[in-house]
Amino acid sequence: MAKRPIYGVMAEFNTTKDVLHAARRAREEGYRRMDAYSPFPVEGLSEAIGFPHSRLPVITLIGGLIGCFGGFFLQYYPNVMGFPLDIGGKPFDSWPAFIPITFELTILCAGISTVVGMIWLNKLPTPYHPVFNVPRFQLASQDRFFLCIQSKDPQFEIDAVVRFLKDLNPREVNVVPV
Amino acid sequence: MEPLDPVDSPVAQEEPPAFVSPGDPFLAPGHSYASVTRDISGTVLRKTQRGWWIGFAVAISLFLVLNFGITLLFAIGVGEFGINIPVGWAFAITNFVWWIGIGHAGTLISAFLLLMRQKWRTSINRFAEAMTIFAVMCAGMFPFVHMGRPWLFYWLFPYPDTMGVWPQFRSPLVWDVFAVSTYFTISLLFWYVGLLPDFATFRDRAKHKAGKLIYGFFSMGWRGSARHWKRHEVCSLLLAGLATPLVVSVHTVVSFDFTIAIVPGWHSTIFPPYFVAGAIYSGFAMVIMLAIPLRKWYQLEDYITIRHLNNMGKLLLATGMIVAYSYVMEAFMALYSADKFEHSMIVDRFFGGGYGVVGWILLSCNLFIPMTTLWSHRIRTSTVGLFIVATFAQCGMWLERFVIIVQSLHRDFTPSSWGMFYPTPTDWMILFGSLGLFLTLFYLFARLLPSISIFELRHLVHRTAEEAGVIEAVEAE
Repeated sequence: MAKRPIYGVMAEFNTTKDVLHAARRAREEGYRRMDAYSPFPVEGLSEAIGFPHSRLPVITLIGGLIGCFGGFFLQYYPNVMGFPLDIGGKPFDSWPAFIPITFELTILCAGISTVVGMIWLNKLPTPYHPVFNVPRFQLASQDRFFLCIQSKDPQFEIDAVVRFLKDLNPREVNVVPV
Repeated sequence: MEPLDPVDSPVAQEEPPAFVSPGDPFLAPGHSYASVTRDISGTVLRKTQRGWWIGFAVAISLFLVLNFGITLLFAIGVGEFGINIPVGWAFAITNFVWWIGIGHAGTLISAFLLLMRQKWRTSINRFAEAMTIFAVMCAGMFPFVHMGRPWLFYWLFPYPDTMGVWPQFRSPLVWDVFAVSTYFTISLLFWYVGLLPDFATFRDRAKHKAGKLIYGFFSMGWRGSARHWKRHEVCSLLLAGLATPLVVSVHTVVSFDFTIAIVPGWHSTIFPPYFVAGAIYSGFAMVIMLAIPLRKWYQLEDYITIRHLNNMGKLLLATGMIVAYSYVMEAFMALYSADKFEHSMIVDRFFGGGYGVVGWILLSCNLFIPMTTLWSHRIRTSTVGLFIVATFAQCGMWLERFVIIVQSLHRDFTPSSWGMFYPTPTDWMILFGSLGLFLTLFYLFARLLPSISIFELRHLVHRTAEEAGVIEAVEAE
C-alpha cells in the first residue's frame, strides 16, 4: 500500500517561550524547511525558523521611484512637450509647481507596491493550505502557537520528527496530511 | 439569520490560559490571549442587538436626508446652495475641509504613534482608522456635488482625451484631487493590512457558514506564519512611514486652495501648519466623541481605559494650543502687514456686522471652553465632561472653516461687490446628511468588523505580562 502523502508534522505549544525554544532546537537539529504559526507577531520567531530579512523595502523603493519619476513626467510632458501654453512668457517647465503631485504619486505608488508586495511575497490569497487539516489549527489565529516541520525537508523522517517534537513540551503533535 | 455565536466553536476557553496579564494603565488586569479574542470578536459574532438597530435607524434617516438634499441639488443645480457672487464657496467647501481634517487624527494615531512605539494606540487605532476612511469619503463627496456639472468630474484626472487638453497641474485644486485620492487609497490599504489577521480570527471563530465564507474570503487564507508576520510588520512600518508625511501634505494642499488666492484672509503663509494643527485638533475631538459611546455600548472599558481618554484629552489640549497660537499670529500678521485690506478683514472678522458673532462663537467653542477646561484632570478623565468639551471643539472647528471661507469672501477689495451669504435648507440638509453618511458607515463598521485590533491586543497582553515579569522574556538571538 502506498503511503499517504503528508505535508509535515505539526506540534502545538501553549506559550511563545515554548514555540521559540522548539524552533531554535529544530534549527540546531538541522531541520530547514519549517514554519511557525502564532496569533500575533512573536519577536524572534521568524529569525528562529531561519527568515531574518524581508525583501519588502526594496519593492517599496522601486514603487516610490516609479511614482516619483512617473508623477513628474505626467506633468512635465503636457506642459512642456504635449500642449505648451505661453502665458505671459512664463516658463513651461515650472518644476516647483509640479512637486505636490509628484510627492503624492510617490507616496501612492510606494504604498500600493508595499501592500501588493506583502500580499504577493506571502503568496496570498491561498484558498487551500494543508495546515488547516489539523483541527486545532484554527487556534493559531486565537491563542495557540504551532511549529510545523515540512516533509520536503531533506532530513525529514516521520518517526524521528514526531519523537523530536514530542520532547519539546508540546500540547500535542499531529501529522499534517496534504 | 442564525446567531453567529462563538461560544461552542473549539476555542481556548476549554482550558485555563497559561497566564493572564497583570494589567497596565492601558489594559485592565486579568486578560489572556483567549479572553481578548473572545471579547472583541464577541462584539461582532453574535445576534444584532436592539440598541444597534435603533442607532442605525437614526443614522440611516439622516443619510436619507443627505440623499434628498443631493437629489434636489442635482435636479435643480448649484443654485440650491445659498452661494452667489461674491461668496461662491460656502457650506460645501467648509464641510469638505472640516471632514478631511477629521480624518487626520486617525492616521496620526495609526501611523505616527506606531513609529513612536506608543502602546496606547493599540486599542484605539482600528476605529480611528475607520473614522479616517469614512471622513474622507464624506469629504470627497463635497467637491463633487459642488461642481456645476458633476457628471464631468473625470476632467479632473489626467487622461489622454481627444481634445488633447490636460488638467492645470499648477492649480492647487488639481493638487487636491491627487492628495485626497492618495490619502483615501493609502488609508484604506493600511486599514486592510491591519484587518487581515483579524479577518482570519473571525473566519476561525464564526459559526455561521456565510460568516466563515465572507471573513474567510477577506482573510485571503492568512495563517499566521512567522514569515507572514515578518512581512506584515515590515509592511505596517513602511506604510506608517509613508502615511505620516502624507497626512501633513494633505491638509497643506487643502490650505493651498486658499493661500494661493489673493483674497484677504486667505492669502497667508501660516495656513499650512495652521490647517494641519486644526485638522488634528478636530480629528482628536472626533476620536473622543466616538470612543466614549463605543466603550460604553460595547463594554470595552477594559481596553479603552480612562488613561486613554486622559491622553486624548491632553492631545486635544496640545493641538488646541497650536490652533490658538495660529489665531493670534493670523491677527498679528494681518495688523503688522500694513495692508489696509488685511486690517479691515481682521476687524470685520470679529467686530463686523456680518459674521462677527460667528467669529466669537468660534473663539468660544474652539479656545475659551477647551483651553480652560482641558487643564483639569477631573474633566479629562470624566467621560461626560470630555465628550461635551470635544463636541464644542468639533463645532468650533466647523465654524473656523466657515469663517475662513465665507467671512473672507464676503468682503473683498471693492465695497460695491460686497455681499452676504445665507445658508438654504439644502445647505443644512447636506451638512447634517453627511453626518448621517458617516454614522451609517460607522454603525456598519462596528457591526461587521472588530472595532479594536485583536492581534495587537494579544501582543499587548504579551508585552504587559512580560514587562511585569509574569512570563519571562525570551532573549533575542
